[in-house]
This record gives sequence, C-alpha cells and structure tokens, in this order.
Amino acid sequence: MDDIKLIEIKEEILADNDLAAQQLREKLRGDKTYVINLMSSPGAGKTSLLLKTISVFKDSHKTAVIEADIDSMVDAEKIRDAGVKSVQLKTGGFCHLDSQMVKQGLDALGSENFDLIFIENVGNLVCPAEFDTGAIKNVMILSVPEGDDKPLKYPLMFSTSDVLIINKTDMLALSDFDINILKNHIARLNPGMKIFELSAKTGQGMNGWIEWLKNQLAEF
Amino acid sequence: MHELPITENILTTVCKHAETSKVTQIVSITLDIGELSELESEWMQHYFDYLSKGTVAEGAKLKINKIPIVLKCNTCGRTFEIKKSLIGASSCPGCNATSDFTMVSGRQYYIKEMEAR
Repeated sequence: MDDIKLIEIKEEILADNDLAAQQLREKLRGDKTYVINLMSSPGAGKTSLLLKTISVFKDSHKTAVIEADIDSMVDAEKIRDAGVKSVQLKTGGFCHLDSQMVKQGLDALGSENFDLIFIENVGNLVCPAEFDTGAIKNVMILSVPEGDDKPLKYPLMFSTSDVLIINKTDMLALSDFDINILKNHIARLNPGMKIFELSAKTGQGMNGWIEWLKNQLAEF
Repeated sequence: MHELPITENILTTVCKHAETSKVTQIVSITLDIGELSELESEWMQHYFDYLSKGTVAEGAKLKINKIPIVLKCNTCGRTFEIKKSLIGASSCPGCNATSDFTMVSGRQYYIKEMEAR
C-alpha cells in the first residue's frame, strides 16, 4: 500500500469571492457608483422601503435596482413601475448572492452610468451574511414583528452589516418588542452599527435614513 | 444552507493541490470552520460525496475543526471565548463591559491540509 502524505493547503475557502468583491468595490469607487446591499428576512419590508427611498432619490441621482429575491417577479414589476431601471438576477433558488452574481447584474445595468444602485438580496438572515457582494455598504432591515432577540439568533448578519433599519415601528404598540434590548445586543456585536427606527408605511422616521444616505452620496 | 457553494470551492481547491502534488487519491481534508458560520458538517460531507464522484477526492473524509468564537474587550484588553447563542448577550469576564468587543476568531473558512496517496 502506498504511503499517505500530508499536504499543506492553507487556503481561505472564500478567498476567490473576497478578492473579486474587493476588486468590484474598487471599480465602483472609481466610477462613483454607490451600491447598497439590502438584506432582510422575507416580509421585513425590503421592497416597500426601497420604493419609498427610490422616490426620493430618482430625480437627483441616476438610480437602479438589482433584484435577487427568489420569488420577486412581483417586486421587479413594482420597481419598474417606480420608474427606475432594474435587472432581475436568475439566482435559481440560491440562498444568497456572491460577488460574481452581483457583477453580472452590474454589467447588465451598465453600472458606470448610475450614481446609486440597490441590491435586493435574497430574503434570509443567514447565507447573505457570509458572502461579500462587493457593495459599498451592507444595510439590513429588521421589522418589529420579528422580535428584539434576532441578534442572538443571527449574530453574523448583525456583525457584518453597517446599517440596521428597524422597520414597522408603527407596530410597536402591538408588540413586546423592546428597542433597548435590541440595542444592548448590538452594542456587543457591532458597536459602530448605524441604527434607524422607521416605518416605511407611515413615513415616520424615514427622514433620518434619507438624510444619512444623502450625506453618504455627497461624501462618496 | 450555503453548504453547496462552499463545498464546491473546497473540491476545486483540493483537486488543484492534488494535481500539483502529483497524488491520485485524497483520503481526508482538514478544515477550520468558525463557530459563527452556519455550516452543517453532515450536509457538507453529503454534498462533498456527491460532488467528488469521479474525481481524485472521491471518498475523502472531511475533518472539520470547529474554531471557537473569541472576543477581545476593547476596554480592558482581555480576550475570552463565547458561545454563539450568547454572543449578543455577553459581558467581559475581566471588567464586565457590555459593549465594544472585537471578534478575534470565529469566522474562519479555512482549508488547512489534506492526506493523500
């Protein structure tokens, strides 16, 4: 019998994706195209928030959307009706986007011609957290009905996102969601995380998020 | 849930190393995977068995070392291990701080070595 050899490999499994994401981010910075990777559970209000946000920015910034949610032909139509260009990525039931898929979407749009692009990532709080998409900022949405304990269940998502939007605050009175408990969890996981409390439905609190994004675009 | 693309990456990497090392059968592959990842070891082996059919890696066993989550307290500098389910509810065992920690380990996705003949 042949001898068994031990061969050192020492390679990061996600090295290819991380490198491609880094290169994509550099290109986006060069083109001055600000890309937001939007992540949440299904039903947290990604599309509603996106539509409200687009309506503010579409006249001042060339805006587009990359749709990746598995079941989002409906979403794509809504985005088109909002008057901005969108591409639908065929994720084939994939649970997340990686930087290669995002690059395909950006190329299909001709991303260098846009100032602001939103990626509507696949709706779940697990897989999208593991893959760098190459976006400039990661923004996650948590809606009030999901509960204030989610950072304990999905710590990676809460530690890799730059911004947390707490949506559906109009439902706070109906639930035992405690924003201070949520903030305590986040202080441990990601103390630099920017937090906005809003209701995309009533518009309450939207200003804080919009102003933040305006500043980001101005400084970019 | 994303075991499949991760497993594909592992297979591509080990096959490349098998070729450069001129080996014809991979027996085992040792991985360091951070506790914070949601990868299920059993599923990874299932997917690996499926994907590796007909390659030099067919039949190889995945040896997965789970690497604990370690935080560093930026207040007092102490490092400490923490269970995944408690990571958002932790306090520093040194100074009781409840915020401002840096993650030192727990997110690894690393192929360490393989045994082959």
